[in-house]
Amino acid sequence: MEKQKLHRSSRRPAKPEQQPGYGQGVLSALHGHGKERGDITEKINIQKTHQDKCHSADDQAEVNEHELLEQGLQYFEKVEGHVQLKGNGTLLKHLNTVESVGTQKGLPPEGIDILLSCALSGKFVDTVNSRLLKCLIPSSVVSEDAVVKAVSWFCVDQCTASTQVLFVRWLITMFDLVDHKEKLRALYGCFFCSLQDERLCPYICHLLYLLTKKENVKPFRVRKLLDLQIRVGMQPHLQGLLSLYKVYCPELVSLTLPTRVKTFFKNSESLWKAEIMAVRRRNFGSPSVGLQMGFGIKQLPSQSKKRKWNSHMNLPVSSSGLVSHEDVSSFHHLHQDEAFPVELLQTFTQLVQNIHRLQFPAQMGSVLKSPLLLHYINCIKDDSVFLRLNYWMAQVLHEECAWYTGNQHNETEVRTFLDTIANAQQFLQEGFSNCEEFLYKSIPHWNGCYRSQILQLLSWIPLTSFSEMEQLLYEPLGQIFFTSSLYFKCGVIESLKEMLQNWLSWHAFYAVQVNIQDSPMNNTLSGLVNTVCDLIHFVGRISTIALHITNSSLLLHFILDFYEIVCDMYVKYAMPLVVLPPSGVFYPALLSLESVNLNHLCYIMYRYRKNLVAAKENEWNKKCTMWLNINSQTIQEYNQYVLDMVGCLWTSQAFQKDRHPQGIFMDAEMLARTGVENYRNSFNIVRHPALMGHAILFLQQGFGEDKTVNLDLIKGKLWNWYVEYLYKKGMRGLKVFVESSISRISCSSQSHSNTAESCTSVAQK
Amino acid sequence: MSSHSARDVKRRRNSAVRALAESSGRRRKIPEDRLGTPIAAATTRHNVTFINTCFSQHGITPARRNTPFRQVPSKRKIPPNTPLLEENSGPEKISSFLRKQWTLYSVTPLYKFSYAKFKDYSKLLSAYITAEKQTGLAVEVGMDLNIKVTFSSLSGLKGNEHDQRAVFIQITSRSAFAAPNSEEKVLWTGCLCCTFGDMEILSCLLKDFTCLPLFLVNGGETLTAMVGTWFQKTFDCCFSRLVISARDLTWMAAMWTGCKLENHMAAIELLFSVPCSPCNLDISYAIHPEDARALWESIHKSQDEVTEEEVNLFMNCLYSHFFRHFKIYLSATRLVKVSTAVASAHCDGKVKLLSEEYIISVLALLTELATNQIQY
Repeated sequence: MEKQKLHRSSRRPAKPEQQPGYGQGVLSALHGHGKERGDITEKINIQKTHQDKCHSADDQAEVNEHELLEQGLQYFEKVEGHVQLKGNGTLLKHLNTVESVGTQKGLPPEGIDILLSCALSGKFVDTVNSRLLKCLIPSSVVSEDAVVKAVSWFCVDQCTASTQVLFVRWLITMFDLVDHKEKLRALYGCFFCSLQDERLCPYICHLLYLLTKKENVKPFRVRKLLDLQIRVGMQPHLQGLLSLYKVYCPELVSLTLPTRVKTFFKNSESLWKAEIMAVRRRNFGSPSVGLQMGFGIKQLPSQSKKRKWNSHMNLPVSSSGLVSHEDVSSFHHLHQDEAFPVELLQTFTQLVQNIHRLQFPAQMGSVLKSPLLLHYINCIKDDSVFLRLNYWMAQVLHEECAWYTGNQHNETEVRTFLDTIANAQQFLQEGFSNCEEFLYKSIPHWNGCYRSQILQLLSWIPLTSFSEMEQLLYEPLGQIFFTSSLYFKCGVIESLKEMLQNWLSWHAFYAVQVNIQDSPMNNTLSGLVNTVCDLIHFVGRISTIALHITNSSLLLHFILDFYEIVCDMYVKYAMPLVVLPPSGVFYPALLSLESVNLNHLCYIMYRYRKNLVAAKENEWNKKCTMWLNINSQTIQEYNQYVLDMVGCLWTSQAFQKDRHPQGIFMDAEMLARTGVENYRNSFNIVRHPALMGHAILFLQQGFGEDKTVNLDLIKGKLWNWYVEYLYKKGMRGLKVFVESSISRISCSSQSHSNTAESCTSVAQK
Repeated sequence: MSSHSARDVKRRRNSAVRALAESSGRRRKIPEDRLGTPIAAATTRHNVTFINTCFSQHGITPARRNTPFRQVPSKRKIPPNTPLLEENSGPEKISSFLRKQWTLYSVTPLYKFSYAKFKDYSKLLSAYITAEKQTGLAVEVGMDLNIKVTFSSLSGLKGNEHDQRAVFIQITSRSAFAAPNSEEKVLWTGCLCCTFGDMEILSCLLKDFTCLPLFLVNGGETLTAMVGTWFQKTFDCCFSRLVISARDLTWMAAMWTGCKLENHMAAIELLFSVPCSPCNLDISYAIHPEDARALWESIHKSQDEVTEEEVNLFMNCLYSHFFRHFKIYLSATRLVKVSTAVASAHCDGKVKLLSEEYIISVLALLTELATNQIQY
């Protein structure tokens, strides 16, 4: 019958149980194991009924062990009165069994129940009790009832003080493995009374720290703790418990923690830690699902006292110290349950579960560093939240970070702070308005310090009307741009690219939704388009000049990156605008020495074509009600560019016609002076400086290295092979450009010199 | 008008993410409608609104858009000399303001500050200070402590009816062995006030905020730090030292010279510091108040406002007079301190109020400076 009971109860943990908090992962793993153990017992039953079947030695050993354990447990359950250890062979035998099973495989819940009551009932001497407690490693979970029963033994003082201490330490260690905690929480008062005991006090404090909920914090308890504090003085465990009380009820208790407190509580789990790990490793094979040891030990932010009090770059997250009474009542009315202090917010799951009763921190600035709270403010409508954040951030930026005030700053701190803001903006995908103002104020005085941070912040400046941007941003930024190093220039261009991208994404989201006419600020779409257009022209201007100053392919690369966003505005972001790069960017890119840049330009021109064609189609179909800012001049310019490109790359007709006022037309005399024979028809993808290397390699691969290369050989069939060769070398941009803009009459039988290809330009209406 | 511009300020949050939340919210709503679930359940649960209905507007200009550098105003109004007459304006408290050295701070608007909860604040702040002093020991709130904090309000410092009442904070200590009726020792005094606050800003504030931009402190730095920290934690505000520029000091010199005082006649003293000398050379320039007033009255025209030209002219006259006698260009030095019979002010943000009659006008000017320092 006992066996029956054991069997049934050992299957119990197979029921799925939900535990909140961080123990969950562990528990679910344990449940899985509980199931497995149930299977084993089932297996044993089967084996017992079919004795004639042969079984492996392993199974046999397991069955033996199991029987031994059962006998041991039966012994401990039935034993009566005071039992001596000396000369008591039975006790010793069973004790050894229980110990070896406990430390190796862990004990089932009912085993723990029996042994726990036994150890605390005072039937045995202390050595036995402590040996029993030390081997109480649960194989799955600890049942709440077992703990409650043990607590009742604990309260009647049958056992010695050292056993009591050991029990509390055991309970702290196994806290997360207790299956339910409601009844345990109901015993809060019981534990609280035990605080008076000097030896128990540190551990009881730790246990209470784990158990305390807001409703447990009562004025009389606060007073008791303070009395205790007067008696024993400053003790870390009391501070720990009181600091939690302060988190829940700041209106009852005030406490300033010394700067050096690292841990509040003594390490309780050391006695069992190794065994728990070993049992877990054995039972699950993966110690990676580690127990969350060291709970209740809180890392306090180290605050240096020497900092001046009104500098506020690093705010700790703490809940508001004051909840007004009317707030409380309305709060209770709405939620029925208490607020959740932000200090206790650790995981995303907690956020989701408590989102309806979460309090904002006392100082809004502290949300910047907490991704969880950033998630939270993202779904909050309350404007005062942003206003508080705004006041704080504006003040800190002005006082602590701005170089125009002439104040002394700690450089690393400023850097970290600016990084934090940049990360928060990235996270929220929006710029803070005070940050924008800070940039407007400080960029005219910028000496390039905190470069990466400022450039990152720059990219989140929201769209505003041009007159303001021109005066506040473009002018000062332009000045610093021209006079700074190449890398700085690249950084600025990249930052402006991101800014454009942010604006465009913003627009893409809002284009559908905002009824622009209704906007109180009279923000018409044309205004938006103009602002975007102005930014692009600004970048075009500074790029042209920068390329004049330093003809660097790195810079060109960044500039082309910018235009890669620009060329796709219409198709990708629904911005009714097509702006071509200025000739000061286009021609240097076309004649660049890097095949990467040339390829990039080809891709960009291909995307421009796509956008222009799409815009044209929409115009004809009258689908588009938007005012289209694409005029015939743009298309004309595009066609000129494409003609020049085709002339340069394909038809060998570069430098011949003066298509563009700033184009690459050259006098025949000048060209003759280069000494290139047949200069008129030589410049194409074979002799283009960015591609000549490829051409030579291509020939060498085809004819062997020793033969002198003659680039003129590449024509006809070889031309086609060469083009294929280029495509294979990663010139995808060239490929799409050639395929879209050059219609080749017949790929197989045409000869290059005939220039049968014709350039298809976008039709001009 | 006020509510409208307030909205403009708060909607300054431009957000693509919000737009995303909005659109996904709508998408989510459609199938639920089909299933017959009430829409309200999808949109709001408890207090938390997941779907944002307010569009954050783009490119909105706030009520007060900061120019890159705020300019010193070219003219200032002379506030009416008579304080707002109200009951319990606390004349004895106002006189306690006089002849004390005050250190100035500017404070951003206080969040959820309530004039009805002064008793709670007193208890919490005194417990906080006690806990700070004995780090590591917890202190029960509301217990009888050696340190007592009193919060009280002072309507006598209001400039007009839009201003919030000033908040007066006093920290007193009672020694444990003192006789029960002995006088408590005042350790620290502070006052948050707003006198003729910027109407534009006041009208933009949300109702949860209280605007008291000027903070005057008399007492030890440690206590100031504790009170300041407590305020920051409790009302989510920021403090910063208010320094007075030389430019503002000249305004003070001119405006305070113009104040008529019947009984008290003290010399007007201007203190200049010469920056380049190895050991700091200070030049003190004292003028007989009647001479100075005669000069100012010959310059000053309007009854209710002072212009920049007038101030410049006044100072230039004083400078040229000084040059005539000592051959020193004071305009090349830095004005550090101004003291008149009305008040004295030092550039590092220390002020002494000397005349009860003109306390409002001095505080009005200081409030303006504090407001300008705050980044709204």
